[in-house]
Amino acid sequence: MTSIILLSLFGIVNLFLGFLKSKRIMLPIVLLFLIVVFGVNLLSWNNTQSYFSNMLTVDNFSVAFTGIMVLTTLLLLPFSQSYIEAKDENLAEYYSLLLFSLVGAIMMVSFENIITLFIGIEILSIAMYVLAGSDKKSLRSNEAALKYFLMGSFFTGILLFGIVLVYGATGTFNITEIGAAQAATDGLMSNMFTLGLLMMIIGISFKISAAPFHFWTPDVYEGTPTLFTSFMSTVVKTAGVAAFYKLMFAAFAASYATWFPTLIAITVLTLVVGNIGAAVQKSAKRMLAYSSISHAGYLLMSLIAFNERSEASIFFYSLAYSAATVAAFGVLQYVENNRGGKNFEHFNGLAKTNPLLAFVMTVSMLSLAGIPLTAGFFGKFFVFASVLEDTNLMWLVVIAVILAAVGIYYYFKVVIAMYMQPAVSDEKIEVSSSASFMLIFITVLTILLGIAPALVSDIL
Amino acid sequence: MITALLLFWPALAALLVLLIKGQGAKKVAFIAALVEFALALFATSQFDSTDGAMQLSLNMPWVESAGISFSIGMDGISLLMVLLTTFLVPLIILSAFKHDYKNPHIFYALVLFMQTGLIGVFVSLDAFLFYFFWEVALIPIYFIAAIWGGENRIKVTFKFFVYTIFGSLFMLAAFVYLYFQTGATGASAHSSDVQAFYQLALDSDTQSWVFWFLFIAFAIKMPVFPFHTWQPDTYTESPAQATMLLSGIMLKMGIYGVLRWLLPVVPMGVSQWDELVLVLSIIGIVYASIIAIRQRDLKRLIAYSSIAHVGLIAAGIFTLNEQGLQGGIIQMLSHGINVTGLFFIIDIIQRQTNTREISSLGGITQNAKGLSIFFMILLMGSIALPLTNGFIGEFLLLMGVYQYNAWFGAVAGLTIILGAVYMLRMFQGVMFGNKSEHTEAFRDLSASELAVLIPLVIMVFWIGLFPNTFLSISEPAVNNLLSIIKR
Repeated sequence: MTSIILLSLFGIVNLFLGFLKSKRIMLPIVLLFLIVVFGVNLLSWNNTQSYFSNMLTVDNFSVAFTGIMVLTTLLLLPFSQSYIEAKDENLAEYYSLLLFSLVGAIMMVSFENIITLFIGIEILSIAMYVLAGSDKKSLRSNEAALKYFLMGSFFTGILLFGIVLVYGATGTFNITEIGAAQAATDGLMSNMFTLGLLMMIIGISFKISAAPFHFWTPDVYEGTPTLFTSFMSTVVKTAGVAAFYKLMFAAFAASYATWFPTLIAITVLTLVVGNIGAAVQKSAKRMLAYSSISHAGYLLMSLIAFNERSEASIFFYSLAYSAATVAAFGVLQYVENNRGGKNFEHFNGLAKTNPLLAFVMTVSMLSLAGIPLTAGFFGKFFVFASVLEDTNLMWLVVIAVILAAVGIYYYFKVVIAMYMQPAVSDEKIEVSSSASFMLIFITVLTILLGIAPALVSDIL
Repeated sequence: MITALLLFWPALAALLVLLIKGQGAKKVAFIAALVEFALALFATSQFDSTDGAMQLSLNMPWVESAGISFSIGMDGISLLMVLLTTFLVPLIILSAFKHDYKNPHIFYALVLFMQTGLIGVFVSLDAFLFYFFWEVALIPIYFIAAIWGGENRIKVTFKFFVYTIFGSLFMLAAFVYLYFQTGATGASAHSSDVQAFYQLALDSDTQSWVFWFLFIAFAIKMPVFPFHTWQPDTYTESPAQATMLLSGIMLKMGIYGVLRWLLPVVPMGVSQWDELVLVLSIIGIVYASIIAIRQRDLKRLIAYSSIAHVGLIAAGIFTLNEQGLQGGIIQMLSHGINVTGLFFIIDIIQRQTNTREISSLGGITQNAKGLSIFFMILLMGSIALPLTNGFIGEFLLLMGVYQYNAWFGAVAGLTIILGAVYMLRMFQGVMFGNKSEHTEAFRDLSASELAVLIPLVIMVFWIGLFPNTFLSISEPAVNNLLSIIKR
């Protein structure tokens, strides 16, 4: 709760910092804000409390996911260096929008009432609509913003319909009471309730870009400036999946049999579309967009498993995925700005000019592909383990395994371009020291979690 | 403790080598690999070879929530594999001394790093730890082959990488499944320890599909026909040292995996499918031998001969009798030694003549007496002449296959005849006849080349003349294994 208040305050303070002449000082201040929020957030550990007559609950679950999201934002902000160098006039607004967006994300993981969830999603999304179109002169960026906004509002509408129908059927917005209402009828609920439930699932599936509600993802990710794409594919996704899990677990556990077939179809489709889609891309950024769809699929797998391992596996997977994705987009941003494009061939020979960037990118790709010694391996492992607790779901794991092999194919395209193709340019890309530090930090974190996952896997 | 030291020393040394710029890296790497071999010898002295159980074990919790423990130890089979690995790696590093690879510190660090992966595979007693090292061994060899390899390397090594990972992901799925079958029904009672897997009593339908999930991973690695299609190209395009690592040690991972994680875990699955595996292996022997006869490229020829040899090992192991298993194990050692030696000799020839085409070579005996002798001995080992190491292995293996089914034994026996055909034809083409323009100025072996070949040839005769040194180490472990399978 303190973190929500602090972030809102910092966001407003930050807007005023825009009046400062020096753009350089802004980044350290925002980083400092986030470090404070990260620390304050941890104070609520093991100290469950409800706020605003049960609209919000801060428990270990929300603290853990808030931790991931604040950390991710902290890690990706140093890559805004190019904006600072370009003396971008709106830098303060961008930072503030990111902070406001984070407020929405935190509400999404600590909601106790579906209305809070809805407000959280909206706070998060509206800031993202603006950021998607922040590159005003680029046609692509405008397209991305418009597409994201139109599709987003449409699905927000569906989500809201769902919420209202569920309210109509149960007479409450409180998730615990919704759960109790179903238990009272042994899960046999009216059609109105079922329709509402399905509409809510569709609404949230859109936010985490699960197939078949993913069509906006590649275009929006590609058009959005890379810094914000990075935020979209990590923080937004983590918040979405965590909220999805909490909603299903707290509110709709009794209707498991009702939503299970829908969700399993969505999961399989997401895995297939994400992986096959990524495999045929020429642009590394579009590949990462499809890869984010595929990872939504893996995350949904542990949601489907719906057992005591789900929570911890979603947590670990989100952390591993966010770390690797931030690093990947960070490197992509440098390549994009210095090598004139974001296709695979623009990565050619990066290992010769910038061994550090190439190594960081390699570790991220290995982690996203789920290869041992990286956090991504244990992420996949925990997901598979939670699914296989019910051995009837072996077929799902087999599908996921085959598609994970496809994943290796497209992630390694980048690695091959960097290490084995002749360089497109001999020019070394200048990387700011704060960004280098973050890249090294992420890489160390990824490898550390790949060797000693128990450091964080057991906390939930 | 010594097992953990064996496991981590190469990785530590790899980090050290990374810091050394320039050509000094290879010397440090070589010394580190020798130290590792000394450690392995020390471990052997601590090992009680009359006991078939796991020894020199170490067990520590690793990822407790998932029931993964850091559990390592060795029985006779593991020990022999560790000895093979630690014996070959220094020689492979030494064999690279004549090459000027770009970025040598990365190259040698990757070789050492891979050694940790290999040793890890051979000493892991926890399924997930095994899987972990299984993949850890793959990453460095992929980079070695793909960065320092030949012209076509990118496509070929990529196929190799995706193909093998594809197989091993099935293994991971099977392991996770088996893990949940262990212990009583209750979340905390599961275990991924090898002994817990051995005690599983699954019904035969389950064993049947688990068998395939595991077998695909191992079969691709070995490789067994028809999963071999990545192998000839990868061997040909990789730099010589990577080829030696792949053929000399890495394919043993597949066979070892069958011994440790397939046969005793799903014996009923094995008994349903062993006939098919034998048929596939034997088809592989004949098929690969015939293709080998037609090869013009030396490296490709040896690559196909390797498929034939491995086919026989796989056939022998799936007979599930003592001769077959013991023969398989001793043949793993022999094949590792012979094939490493042969690839090294091909490397020497290629470096001096810039070609591997048999038709462009010839008459090397006239200039290089020493090389001819070593080449001949390794060749004889490969075609299983008595007194050499290959004879012991193939004899036991064929005896095992014959006991299983006499007809299978007869067809598999063709390997000896066909092996002699392609090997001698190769030797004739390369070493005898008239000198060609490429072999005109051929020089004989240098000191560092001799230093690689002499230990290999000593081992050819040691295993050929005193196989009991090694057979006695693995015998209790094999009997132990058989008693679990036949339970």
